[in-house]
Amino acid sequence: MDLPRYHRLTAPYYRLEGRRCKGCGAVHFPPRVDCGSCRGREMEVYRFSGRGTVYSFAEVAQPPQGFSGPYMVALVDLVEGVRVTAQLTDVDPDDVEIGMPVEMVTRRLQEKGPHGYIVYGYKFRPALAQRQAS
Amino acid sequence: MRDVFIVGAGQTPVGEHWGLGLRELGAAAIRAALDDAGIESVDALFAGNMLGGAVNGQENLGALLADAAGLLPAEACKVEAACASGGAAVRMAALSVAAGVHDVAVAVGVEKMTDAVSDQITVGLATASDGDYEASHGLSFIALSALLMRRYMHETGASREDFAPFAVNAHRNAAANVNAMFRAPISGEDFARSPQVAAPIGVLDAAPVCDGAAAVVICSREALLPAHRAVRIAAAAAATDTIGLAGRADLLTLGAARRSAEKAFAASGLAPQDCDLFEAHDAFTIITALSLEACGFVPRGEALKRAAHGCFARGGCIPLSTCGGLKARGHPVGASGAYQIVEAAAQLRGEAGTNQVPGARVALTQSIGGHGSIAVTHVLEA
Repeated sequence: MDLPRYHRLTAPYYRLEGRRCKGCGAVHFPPRVDCGSCRGREMEVYRFSGRGTVYSFAEVAQPPQGFSGPYMVALVDLVEGVRVTAQLTDVDPDDVEIGMPVEMVTRRLQEKGPHGYIVYGYKFRPALAQRQAS
Repeated sequence: MRDVFIVGAGQTPVGEHWGLGLRELGAAAIRAALDDAGIESVDALFAGNMLGGAVNGQENLGALLADAAGLLPAEACKVEAACASGGAAVRMAALSVAAGVHDVAVAVGVEKMTDAVSDQITVGLATASDGDYEASHGLSFIALSALLMRRYMHETGASREDFAPFAVNAHRNAAANVNAMFRAPISGEDFARSPQVAAPIGVLDAAPVCDGAAAVVICSREALLPAHRAVRIAAAAAATDTIGLAGRADLLTLGAARRSAEKAFAASGLAPQDCDLFEAHDAFTIITALSLEACGFVPRGEALKRAAHGCFARGGCIPLSTCGGLKARGHPVGASGAYQIVEAAAQLRGEAGTNQVPGARVALTQSIGGHGSIAVTHVLEA
């Protein structure tokens, strides 16, 4: 990922910042310039809690260039009712299941070569309360 | 809008063409289609292609292929709609003739994938997904399909092995297709044993990386010649859905596929039960199942049960991937939509040989890009 693009994405990548429609209150991630629900144009920054559950998951055995695998990916349903696509981390692949509570953490996404910058962003791990209980 | 007809069809074999590049592949298919139509010049060329820029470092395929195929100075441009590029190019050619802008147009789908190594192709294919919120997070194209498949299995109670009939059928049909990449049949046991590339997706769920080109010549009724064995394009329709999987209103309903099929059926006055065969976008077995359900051939969640009963084999209720499909004929991504049209036209002309669906009069083709973010559906009529 090139630097200007990374810079542009730091708010959603670091803080899971999306948008909330000032008209109808619908929340969106990724950020949208207008409301996908009511077509309203007045949007404000909305930071998601990062808590959710696994809706579906898969294991990437052959990662794309710039990534090293294998790793798990998932569709995560956030408690605010929005779905996010992300990697899972800190979890044994065999332990992942649909419905599993997860929480957002900040992790390394990509490295721009051995001397370049590192792209950080959100991943999801099993919710801490869940892990302590098990 | 005027009626439009396919009057010529051509293709290269699908495979690893180490000696051929985009220009040779594209020109070979175009020339074969022009020869089939007995036509030497066209008003316009539409070139369906996905990876020319990302993988081959070659854009401006309109000019490249018009030049290579000897069609200068015809109007020409590239049409890109991810894995649906070939289908979109055929639709653009059909639209231009239907609108009366052109009398004769050629659509080609062409892809050259084997110049790049596998992790570069993985990056190239991921450009069809949401770059900021999927690909940049390490989601490969296969992984996104695997997310669909895992959820489908969860909701229907299906196992991985239940997807086998789609792959077995495709390979069986490819055996008689001289242009197919994989002509050896596979068994359900082969399917079950195949290694997983992005669990739950295994090697035999997925279409191969390969090269190829297919083309059709499209003309108006006024431009038809007595020698033409014309196939009418009864409808061509396209629709879109969210670029990212996470944004879909219902993950397991391919909204663009459903909408484009509904539009195509409405425009043609036909229905799923009128179709004699279906060339589906079987890039992954899960996409085949979702496409069948989106087009209304089977109710939601029923595709695997029908497949288990042989519904989609030759002689079944709706023969599928009759020349091997993307799975076994091969999936040179931006070309596959054009291969579907070429193969469906062969069926409707009665030229499909061992794979002929007896008495085929109506064929549906559906080309899907970006896991259903874009879909192009054609109804062809003999």
